[in-house]
Amino acid sequence: MTPAASTRPAPRPRGAITAFTTTWASQIGITVAFLALWLAFIVLAPSTFLSSRIYLAFAQTTPYFAIVALFLTMVIIAGDIDLSFPSEMALGMVGFTFVWQATGSVELGILAALLVGGLAGLFNGLIVTYIGIPALVATIGTQFLFRGLTLVLVNGKSYALVTASTAPSYDLLVGKLGGVVPMEFVWLLVLAVVAWVLLNRHRLGQNAYVIGDNGLAAQLMGIPIRRSRILLFVLVGVAAALAGAMNSLQIVNFYPTMGDGFLLPTLAAVFIGGTSVFGGRGSVYGTFLGAFMIGAIQAGIVAVGLTDYYTNLIYGAVILAAVAVHALLQRRFE
Amino acid sequence: MSAGERESVRPPTQPAVPIMAALEPPAAPPPGGEKRLELRHISKSFGGVHVLHDVNLDLGASEVVGLLGDNGAGKSTLIKIITGVHRPDAGEIRFGGQRVEGLTVEKARALGVETVYQERALADQLPLWRNIFMGRPVAGPLGFLKVGNMRRMTGELMSESMGFTSAVLTPDTVVKGLSGGERQGLAIVRALHFQADIIILDEPTMGLSLKETEKLLRFVEGIRAAGKSAIFIDHNIFHVYSVADRIIVLDRGRVAGQFPTSRYSLEELLDIMREVASEGSYTEQERYRLADAPSTGSTEHGEEPA
Repeated sequence: MTPAASTRPAPRPRGAITAFTTTWASQIGITVAFLALWLAFIVLAPSTFLSSRIYLAFAQTTPYFAIVALFLTMVIIAGDIDLSFPSEMALGMVGFTFVWQATGSVELGILAALLVGGLAGLFNGLIVTYIGIPALVATIGTQFLFRGLTLVLVNGKSYALVTASTAPSYDLLVGKLGGVVPMEFVWLLVLAVVAWVLLNRHRLGQNAYVIGDNGLAAQLMGIPIRRSRILLFVLVGVAAALAGAMNSLQIVNFYPTMGDGFLLPTLAAVFIGGTSVFGGRGSVYGTFLGAFMIGAIQAGIVAVGLTDYYTNLIYGAVILAAVAVHALLQRRFE
Repeated sequence: MSAGERESVRPPTQPAVPIMAALEPPAAPPPGGEKRLELRHISKSFGGVHVLHDVNLDLGASEVVGLLGDNGAGKSTLIKIITGVHRPDAGEIRFGGQRVEGLTVEKARALGVETVYQERALADQLPLWRNIFMGRPVAGPLGFLKVGNMRRMTGELMSESMGFTSAVLTPDTVVKGLSGGERQGLAIVRALHFQADIIILDEPTMGLSLKETEKLLRFVEGIRAAGKSAIFIDHNIFHVYSVADRIIVLDRGRVAGQFPTSRYSLEELLDIMREVASEGSYTEQERYRLADAPSTGSTEHGEEPA
């Protein structure tokens, strides 16, 4: 591996395997959990889970919260949290609606939505880092604030977006690639790569890991703590606005309570993926698989033949099993 | 602490430890015999509490200054001012004779100041290479990391400077699994990797075994031999005395005295320390002894008898 290492005797296989498992324990854990759940659904509902239709459905519905989960992962790795993104999804759409109605341009509307989402994230970041309110508390506050602002600005009304569906950017966001693959999924893949690169191959990710792992060390080693944390909140805001725009355009309707049901599934996806609520640990890969586990459960339960009433029960069981596996792996290997 | 008391005062000459390889190449001497670092009339208070008051400190080339003082004497604050973590309320800082305003950690590191904070400044869950390059990763202009580069350099440092020989330890190993001595090696190599001229060791012997402490003290001697400078902070006078050229005693935010180790025996210094601890200053007798040192209270290293 290194020039120096090659001069030493070759590492014993056992040591190498241990080092490998230690480094990748969390990723292996989530992969096994993901495959186990998938296999369970295939065995219990083969007709559903061996056809492509169910996967195309997942590919459209999962990105609405998976896109936010990717960037929320980075916020949580830095030791913060953001509970305001469901409201940011709707507030961004207020920006879309106003600009779209004023200019008639869907493209400008989408840009406005992303800008509003980014500003909402900036607001979160500023009050967390400069006023010093813990992110959990601050974003409970802004979650109400942003939702309240949304309701007041649109007077509680919902808007039909049918006339927006003819714009080229409509197809770009929520169309079908080759008439088959939902564009939501394509965007999710692109953004997953972006998030992975930012987290693992960019200063911002390095800073996020250090800040979340040891804030004192980050301070002593001169890491721009405030700037990094604020930027991470901004990214979640932009991602939430994008997800909100996709969700609204897909159903060609914007209603001001949009996003409300996304809070817990998104957080669950992040934590199932092995991200530590204490910061310093987490991966984009884990969140990606975690999101599809969460995304598959509801449809899976119905396909398996259980009633919808079982949904929360299974959610709970899967979430607890996954985080228990992570906790045990961590104790065993580190 | 008890480890040091049983040790000989001056560490015996021993074969070079692997860690010293990190000191190469030797630092360029500061231009024109300038002081590496000068602090003038530094004051700092937190929420109305005066932590430092009118502190002066000089550090020459190839000089090891020991900083002693009780808890709350202001050692940590003084260090954090030199490293740019805190800004002083008043006073000035000069590096190589040049006054530096608005010092930040980034600026201080660029000026050649590196600090060994022991394990307090390591991120446990992150791999070795991310710890080595913490705060100054090798990155392109857009901030994208050159990970392969950093992994390779970490691997070289591990085998050449840290003396890590276990096959289980790779640049991707997380710090959590390292022993105390390995963590200390990591913290030191991190400080030295970046061509530091001024190395600050903050309580480096805390929690170390006797053997690890000896290794550390020999390493500090190596800093001087390489023409670099060091500030060694410890609450243990035995450790500081054995390696420092000069000892500065801080008491309640003021410099209570400076003592070249060439002129003061360990016993005399112990007496002075006791005096300082109870009175906040040293006695007339000690003051008289110091009279032949420069009156500002800052001792020129070059003027000391060899």
